[in-house]
Amino acid sequence: MAGGTGGGETITMATHESGLPAVHEHAAPQGFIRKWVFSLDHKVIGLQYYFLALAAVFVGMFLSLLMRIHLIWPAATLPLLGDIKPETYLTLVTMHGTIMVFFVLTTAPQGGFGNYFLPIQIGAPDMAFPVLNMLSFWTTFLGFIVMIAAFFVAGGAPLHGWTGYAPLSAVQSAGPGEGLGADLWIISIAIFCIGALMGALNFITTTLDMRAKGMTLMRMPLTCWAWFVTAILGLLAFGVLLSAGILLLMDRNLGTSFFVPLITVNGQLTGHKGGSPLLWQHLFWFFGHPEVYIAILPAMGMCSQLLSVFSRKPIFGYKAMVYAILGIGFLGFMVWGHHMFMSGMSPYTAFAFSIMTMGIGVPSAIKTFNWLGTLWGGRIRFASPMLFAIGFVSLFVSGGISGPFLAQPVLDIQLHDTAFVPAHFHLIMGVASIFGIFAATYYWFPKMFGRMMNETLARWHFFISLIGTYAVFMPMHYAGMAGQPRRYSQFTEVHYLASLIPLNKFITFAAFVTIAGQLFFVVNLFWSMFKGPKASDNPWEATTLEWTTATPPPHDNFGGKTPVVHNGPYEYNVPGAPRDYVMQNDPEIKAAH
Amino acid sequence: MGLILLVVIWLITLISTYFFVAKTWWLPAGASAAAAGIDHHFTTTYILMGIVFVAAQLALGFFVWKYREGGSPSKVHYSHGNAGLEIVWTLLTTVLFVGLNLATYPLWSAERFNAAGPSAIPVEVTGMQFAWYFRYPGPDGKFGATKPELEDASAGGEAALGLDPKDPASKDDVVTGTMVVPVNREVEVILRAHDVIHSFFIPQMRFKQDAVPGLAIHMHFTPIQTGDYEILCAELCGLGHYKMHGMLKVVSQEEFDKWLAAREAEKQ
Amino acid sequence: MASFSTTATVDEPRISLGDDGVLPPLRGGGGDGDSGPGLPDYATRLRRARLGLLVALTPVLMLFVSFSSAYVVRQGLPTLDPRTNQLVLDWIPVTLPKLLLLNTGVLILSSLFMELARRQIKGQATPLPGVSAEEPTKIPWLAMTLVLGLAFLFGQWTAWRQLAASGFYVATTPSSSFVYLLTGTHAVHLMGGVLALFVAGIASLLRRSVATRSIVVDVTAWYWHFMAALWIYILCLLEFAG
Repeated sequence: MAGGTGGGETITMATHESGLPAVHEHAAPQGFIRKWVFSLDHKVIGLQYYFLALAAVFVGMFLSLLMRIHLIWPAATLPLLGDIKPETYLTLVTMHGTIMVFFVLTTAPQGGFGNYFLPIQIGAPDMAFPVLNMLSFWTTFLGFIVMIAAFFVAGGAPLHGWTGYAPLSAVQSAGPGEGLGADLWIISIAIFCIGALMGALNFITTTLDMRAKGMTLMRMPLTCWAWFVTAILGLLAFGVLLSAGILLLMDRNLGTSFFVPLITVNGQLTGHKGGSPLLWQHLFWFFGHPEVYIAILPAMGMCSQLLSVFSRKPIFGYKAMVYAILGIGFLGFMVWGHHMFMSGMSPYTAFAFSIMTMGIGVPSAIKTFNWLGTLWGGRIRFASPMLFAIGFVSLFVSGGISGPFLAQPVLDIQLHDTAFVPAHFHLIMGVASIFGIFAATYYWFPKMFGRMMNETLARWHFFISLIGTYAVFMPMHYAGMAGQPRRYSQFTEVHYLASLIPLNKFITFAAFVTIAGQLFFVVNLFWSMFKGPKASDNPWEATTLEWTTATPPPHDNFGGKTPVVHNGPYEYNVPGAPRDYVMQNDPEIKAAH
Repeated sequence: MGLILLVVIWLITLISTYFFVAKTWWLPAGASAAAAGIDHHFTTTYILMGIVFVAAQLALGFFVWKYREGGSPSKVHYSHGNAGLEIVWTLLTTVLFVGLNLATYPLWSAERFNAAGPSAIPVEVTGMQFAWYFRYPGPDGKFGATKPELEDASAGGEAALGLDPKDPASKDDVVTGTMVVPVNREVEVILRAHDVIHSFFIPQMRFKQDAVPGLAIHMHFTPIQTGDYEILCAELCGLGHYKMHGMLKVVSQEEFDKWLAAREAEKQ
Repeated sequence: MASFSTTATVDEPRISLGDDGVLPPLRGGGGDGDSGPGLPDYATRLRRARLGLLVALTPVLMLFVSFSSAYVVRQGLPTLDPRTNQLVLDWIPVTLPKLLLLNTGVLILSSLFMELARRQIKGQATPLPGVSAEEPTKIPWLAMTLVLGLAFLFGQWTAWRQLAASGFYVATTPSSSFVYLLTGTHAVHLMGGVLALFVAGIASLLRRSVATRSIVVDVTAWYWHFMAALWIYILCLLEFAG
């Protein structure tokens, strides 16, 4: 591990119990293909996932910008793209949602940062199954290619929404794009399921079986807990989505009638009968609800981590935080019916689901209280990761508060399928999770690339993003309450919607500004990779294991040694300690009373 | 930076809250018997949630300013948490959230558990890409049979529904493109769909229900104010989803009777 | 008490992922996953592989749970007959070809052979200390399992043709759709098992160590037993809950 660190670090490392020699199954690879393309190193794979998500988010943002433009100027002709027809608008809606949920929110936090840092934070030299890990990335990548291909086939991409309700998605003649484009959409998602399941396998096995000596489950950083429970959710949920996709492909192409009753489309009988559209919804949402927790849990883990590091204080209520993560994961499988209150489902079942849904608000509230408790009495440093962590708490509160409106069926009558719903889920799942990704980027950039990102650009990025996303999504609540429906390509037909156009114009302009503001991030990211000021091994003075190793970490993470852990992950400002942070592999510290 | 964060978070909170309180954009005025109860509970929810929202955001802003490095106090309060506090706020949150929802039970059961009363006016509402049709059963009180093979959307009316002329019950069925009902009488809505899922949404009536192909879903509402109310489709149904709308006209009982009689007469 | 140093030193950064300047590789040569001083021990590798399999079987289980719930729901689902405005139940049970019973027997026998293969190679990988390794039995249990697995798949294919000949295709009735769906998905997963058997079989040709081969066969064996149990479940579901 010679050249990686300066003199001071070597002394520090030597005073930690260096423990057992590391066992690592393969030597560092040589050659460009094995090092960067088909790498088995979880760190490279994590970066591959991250940059895939970055490409996907550009596509997703671009689609949403086109959507916002069309809503307020439906007749506009755009350069290169021409007119946006109503069906094209719906294609934008469908692909924006699908790409963002799968290829950004389910990819960057877990596949990206989870892959990179889970093994290091638990003191392991790699994931349990490196070859499978490599395959999981390339499978996900293939899924993305197939998804993008849907835009370019005859008929184009589907228009049935990311939720793909049958029979609209199950009958090829039900709309433009519902032909080959819809088949590719389903196939892409099926491929994604397989990649995600491979990844979940690795995360779970690694967390259970490869923790270093002394790294008990209750000494794991909350990021690791979040990745672990997220993987369990994925393990249980993606199989169900895959099953739904198989049934849908069969209905579309083999003439079966799992989801399609006796219907006529464009005046023609379709040959289907007896199927149940509600069956699709049950299967989809049994996956779909855990999916939203898959999207948010890693960001919650990140937020806990950062609030502690930058308040120089232990996380308030570590055990409660762990139970809350477990509770959210468990309850997440029992609330899917709240997406179906108006679907024709039994109203008794609906009410039962609504009680469970209000129940799942409780662990989320516990986490929020504990985040506030971490800040309270701390000594807050406003580094860029911390700004985004604070922003995450604010966004999570805002998005969370609109939940109880939708969770009560009697109120959902009015709000279901209005703009209130995207207002809620963008704040609590979309933007909050993206803030988690930003926070993780600013935080771990020094460890991954050996350089610091620029703080000034970061601050511009933060404030534009925070204010901008509130400006985009807060007004959507008002529009939804006033009766603006979802997935309308324009507001020219319904009379009362005309009064909501000024509000929508405001939202569109705010979206322009917010998206433009992301340039601060992109420029900062790529410029700093090559020109940023060089980083030390632990620039944030944090305690978890990734900060004990070289920057960037060596191939086997710890340079031939395995760390031995004596402390929890959040020992900051321990009374009696010589400095305000204690590494996890420092000799055991107990607070002086 | 702590101060800037406080100001930004507080401003965002206070500006957002202002528009909620001022009801600049709000639920349209209710015009059904259920609206008062629903709106009352909506108000309860938004006041309680509003208090939590404002308190949490203001606390967040305040804490990041007050506990900034270099502010006072300068010594960190080392603590791994407080089990007692955890129990207290867990219980309070549970009571608030679950209690709010349980309080809606009477409203929800009235809306959905109970069927329409015997004197309700039945109207069959059928959604198809991209129009709503309404069918009244006529003096025999029975809806005639429909056959998918007979559907002809371009011919409108009975043909769009595929009404089977051979069924005697069909003879007096009235099919219209506008929904007309008398005020202060319960309406029983029977929702059907021909092709994909649609959703029958009348904002002022606080009424929404998906129309699912393969099902005939029975719902009810009671309009209490005359007027014209727009009907929207509230479930993505294809490229014409945005223009699949209709009109509900709530009129006096006499006007309704006259209107229905006139429609019946046309069928002779 | 240890002395701590600060992290104030700034080091030579590296953009590459640190494969230069690390300790020399802990084992010589290329290759992947073979035994040697740098690998975890056999017990750890076996435990980890079995844990991985257990985790991997969970989504497979969820897939079939999901299909099963769709099956049960569909059976009991009334649908609106628009001609009569009545709700009707339209489930017509499928008569399963008797061949499926023979196939079941083949699969159960293959599971037995699989278990014998697993124990056979395990004995080679972990000989008891102080006991001279017995001459391993020459019966090629692994190859026999593979043959039976292929026989099962061929039998399933024949059963589908019999089903089609009696008028039940994929889309004929909801019940027939499920028969093809459940048996087909099972067959696809079994093909994966057959592939694993093949890999295990040629592992000796690829000169993998007996420890590695033992782990591959062990994991494949448990997967195979799971597939056999799953098949019995599917057969019972279709036959008794159809």
